[in-house]
This record gives sequence, C-alpha cells and structure tokens, in this order.
Amino acid sequence: MAKDWVIQAKDLMKVYQMGEVEVRALAGVSCDIKRGEVVAIMGPSGSGKSTLMNILGCLDLPSSGKYILDGEAVETLGDDQLADIRNRKVGFIFQSFNLLSRTTALANVELPLRYAGNVPNKKERARAALVSVGLGDRISHRSTELSGGEQQRVAIARALVNNPAIIMADEPTGNLDSKVGKEILELLLALNRDNGTTLIIVTHDPGIAAQTQRIIHLRDGLVEEKK
Amino acid sequence: MNIGQSIIEALETLNGNKLRSGLTILGIVIGVGAVIAMLAIGQGAQDTITGAISGIGTNLLFVFSGNHIQEVRNPKPLTLGDAAAIADPFAAPDVLAVAPIIEGRGDVTAGGETMSVSVTGTTPQYFSMQNYSLLEGDFLSQENLQGNASAVVIGPGVADKLFGRRNGVVGETIRINGQPFRVVGILESKGGSAFGSQDNQVIIPFTTAQTRLIHRSALNEVDQLYVQVVSAKAVPLATDEVKQILRQRHRTPVGVDDFTVFSQADFLSIATTVTGVFTIFLGGIAGISLLVGGIGIMNIMLVSVTERTREIGLRKALGARKRDILIQFLVESSMLSLIGGMIGILLGWFLGFIVGRIAAASGNPFNPAISMNAILLATLFSAAVGLFFGIYPANRAAGLEPVEALRYE
Repeated sequence: MAKDWVIQAKDLMKVYQMGEVEVRALAGVSCDIKRGEVVAIMGPSGSGKSTLMNILGCLDLPSSGKYILDGEAVETLGDDQLADIRNRKVGFIFQSFNLLSRTTALANVELPLRYAGNVPNKKERARAALVSVGLGDRISHRSTELSGGEQQRVAIARALVNNPAIIMADEPTGNLDSKVGKEILELLLALNRDNGTTLIIVTHDPGIAAQTQRIIHLRDGLVEEKK
Repeated sequence: MNIGQSIIEALETLNGNKLRSGLTILGIVIGVGAVIAMLAIGQGAQDTITGAISGIGTNLLFVFSGNHIQEVRNPKPLTLGDAAAIADPFAAPDVLAVAPIIEGRGDVTAGGETMSVSVTGTTPQYFSMQNYSLLEGDFLSQENLQGNASAVVIGPGVADKLFGRRNGVVGETIRINGQPFRVVGILESKGGSAFGSQDNQVIIPFTTAQTRLIHRSALNEVDQLYVQVVSAKAVPLATDEVKQILRQRHRTPVGVDDFTVFSQADFLSIATTVTGVFTIFLGGIAGISLLVGGIGIMNIMLVSVTERTREIGLRKALGARKRDILIQFLVESSMLSLIGGMIGILLGWFLGFIVGRIAAASGNPFNPAISMNAILLATLFSAAVGLFFGIYPANRAAGLEPVEALRYE
C-alpha cells in the first residue's frame, strides 16, 4: 500500500511566530497523493498553499504532524538529508522560473545532477531532458536569451532531470501569457501521461485546476476537499 | 559537486562581474605586491651588507675601547702600547699583524676642487689586511710612518673628483685641512660597503695623523685596532689572546672588560639581526595593506551573498547542501585572492626590479632578491586571507533558509 502513495501527510501544522502573535499557516492538514496522480492545490491568498507546498517539497519542516514522502519519514531528517531528498525525489517549478542568469540552458538543467554526487553522463542526461521539453535547439543558449515560455521549459527539464518521485509547480503559468501558459500546462500533463510523473500544481486559475484529477482546496490553513 | 567544477563555476561568476572582481583583486594585488617588494628589498639589503662584511676577510678582529653590552666606568682608551703588546708573537702566537687606526673627516683640496672625505691614519699593515690593491704608486711604507711623512694614499673617488683622472696622479700634492700631502698611491675601486664608500677616503701614516690632523686627548691613543689572525680557524684562539693581553694592560683581570673584540662573524650576526628586523618591519607594514585587501574581499562577498540570495535559495531547493554553498562562496573568495596573489607576485618582482635599477643608477649597487620563500609566503598568506575573510560571508550564505531565500526580492 505504501507503494501506491507518494505523499502521506497527517495533521500537518505550521505555526509562525510574528513578533508577539502566533500565525497558524497550517492548522492540521492531512492529504494523501497517489503515485501518478495530478493534483491541484487551490485557495485564496493566505490560505496556506505556499506553506503546504514548501513542506510537501521538503523546503520547510512542519511544526507538528507526520509526513512520509515516497516511503521516507521527513519530519525527523536533518538539513543535509532534506537537501538530498529535495535533490532525488522532488522537482520544483517556480512562477518566476528561477534560472541562473548568464548560464546556458544545459548548465541550468545539469545543476541538480551536480549536487547529486557521482552521476555518470550528466551532460547527456541534461541534454535528453532538454530535448524532451522541446528545446533541443536551445541547449547552449543562455537563459537571458530565452523567452518566458522557453525559460519555463528549461525549468521543467531541470525539475525532471533527476527522475523525481514528484514534480511541484507553484503557479507555473503565472508569469506567462495564456497561449504559452497553455503549452506549458500541456507539457506538464504530457509528462504525467507519458511517464506517470506525479504532479502537484499550486494555482489560482480554475481553468488549470479543472484539467487536474483532483483539487485540494485550502482555506485558513485547513483542507476542504471536494471533487 | 567536485572542486574542479566549483572553480570553473566560481571563475564564471567572477567573470560575470568584471569591474567588481577586478577592483577586489586589485586590493590583494597591491597587498601582495607590497609584501613581496618589501621582503625583496630587505633581503637585498641584507645580502649587500653581509656581502660587504664578508669582503673584509674572515681572519680579522676589530678591537674597540668601551663595552657595548655591559656598563663600564671610565674605559681606558686603546693605545699604541696595546697594539705593540698584541703584536708580540710570544704573548699572542695566533696574531699575525696589528694595525692601529685613528679616523676623522677632513676636507681635501687640489686644483680648486674640494671634497669631504674620511681620513684614516694607520700603519702599512693595514693595506694587506684590507686586501687593497693599487691602480698606481705604492702603499704607505714603514719609512713614511717613522718619518712622520706627509704622504697619502687616496681612493679612486678622490682622484676622480680632484683630478678628473686616475692615472698620473702619483707625485701630485693635495691639501688635507690645509696641510700639503704628497700622493704616493691610488687604490683600486672597492665599491660601497657597510661603512660607506671606501672609494672616497684618504689614508695617511698613523704618526702624521696623530700629530697633525686628528687630535686625541692622549698622544698615543688609537680609535681601534685591526688584528689579523693567522687563519680563520684560529679566530677564537686569537680573540682570547687579545682579550687576555688587554685585560692585563688595562688592569681589569676580574670584572667587566673595558674593551670590545669583534670578529667578522660577530659583525655578520649583528648585521643579519638588524636587517632581519628591518625586513620584518617593512613586511609588516606591507602586510597591513594585504589585510585591507582581505577586508575588501569580505565586503564584496557579503554584497554578493545578499545579491544572490534567490540563487542560493534555488540551489538549496535543487538539493545543494550547506557544504556545497559554503564551498561555492569560499572558492570564489579564494579565487579572488589567489589571482590577486599571482598578479601581486609579478608586481612585487617588478617593484623590486625598479628599486634595484634606481639603486644602481644612484651608485649603490643593490639587488632586491625575491626568494622562493617570499613567494610561497605571499601566496599562502593571500589564499589564507581569501579563506579567512570568505568564511563569514560563505557561512551566511550557507545558513540561509531555502524558503526565506526563495522568497527574497
């Protein structure tokens, strides 16, 4: 059964101390996500979606609660182990692309492999990932020479180059016009269809959410699940 | 992430901000260049001085009145009698010859030209002790000495200045402090020494100097004694003999000696100590500029960390460990200081070369020597500066929380 669930989160709480006031960003969120599922996380600003994604992506630890990512209990891990988990199991796609400027598309995609240690054929794998997102002819362009859509494709290639268990996209089309945004979403969904990659998309856009299999609605740090 | 990869990446980053990297490197270049140049100049000075001292012969002793280490009341002056006693082959078998010396300054004139020179009154033995050779004429003779003769041997610098030539000067008359002297010989050039240029001196018979030019309180008083020892090996033995004789004559068999015996080795060790202190002093001052350069690196690295907060967050999101970020920034700061160090070595070498040229042009040949040690020291020190001043900014970068860093605008 554990094989089927990529994400098992139970009663996740995240409390921030803002001066005197305690802010509860997450007030006990439980969610399970199956391997190969496409899930959207929606909710108004301040509902805790970003906090949830940070925790699910192992960028941050919950204040309390249990979280098992791909069979590993995360809440007990140290900084370095978290870094390893992020490297091997999670691929991030950001709203603002977050590519290294002045660096070629290839070097950007290669970056997670470099942090992974002794990975053979780094260049070949990075190139293959770029080809798979349709950027075979842009490999040695610097990221500043690429359009927004192309930059996001590089980011997608970077997210999947290490064969992660899960790809997390935070408003992946937020900085793109609707036509290009549609292409990027298509690309992400195609990855899921063709490779069975688990996909979590944080979005405001109901049109995007509608194309996923399941929507997790967050409100005030709590889940209101419906389908 | 391996180190080779980190270095390439660091160089690319530094290259991306050429002006800033260049200015930071310049700080280190100046620091290392100054250290190298100063050490080279110090080393060069040391070589020149020790070379000059070595040139005076390994089998010489110098005897002065007074004690330079311990306080002594009313030191008795050295006298001709002391010289004669030391020269006694039965009392001091290891002493080959003794030359008493009195020294002063005087104005020499000839044909309307005047120059200020050092005047040495001594005996004929002095010339062989000093390894002097002659361009023409003769050294002072025993007859000159005994006859209170107005004879003088002049240095080549004096001949140049007074006569404009070095040949055919023998037989001419010069005046020392107004008194006429006949030139009997011209010395060959020996160049500068620790005690000033030996080319600008005149040497007259001891007796003449004593009675007519350089007045001392007692008639037979001398300033110092040069003692030639039979061989370099016998120097310690001869030193003891000389001391023994002088203690007896000065009636200080117990208690503090009222005279000092120096050998060439003593001079060498003193000169080495002095120039060593001088070198450390110069190097220390230059080191301050290296320190300032290091602070420049720290400053720039801190700015760089702040500027690249998002990049650091991204790298962490992609799986960079603390150590990876730490190494990345440390390599960058070390690269800055290492490149600066290498250029600085060239600059220091160039400065040393220029100083050497200036010294040569002003007539005091002097070779700034860049030792392998200085280069190693400067390279290691500059790399250490880069590491040391890079640690704080790198730590700051490595300690950033990924979520916070990614959110940074």
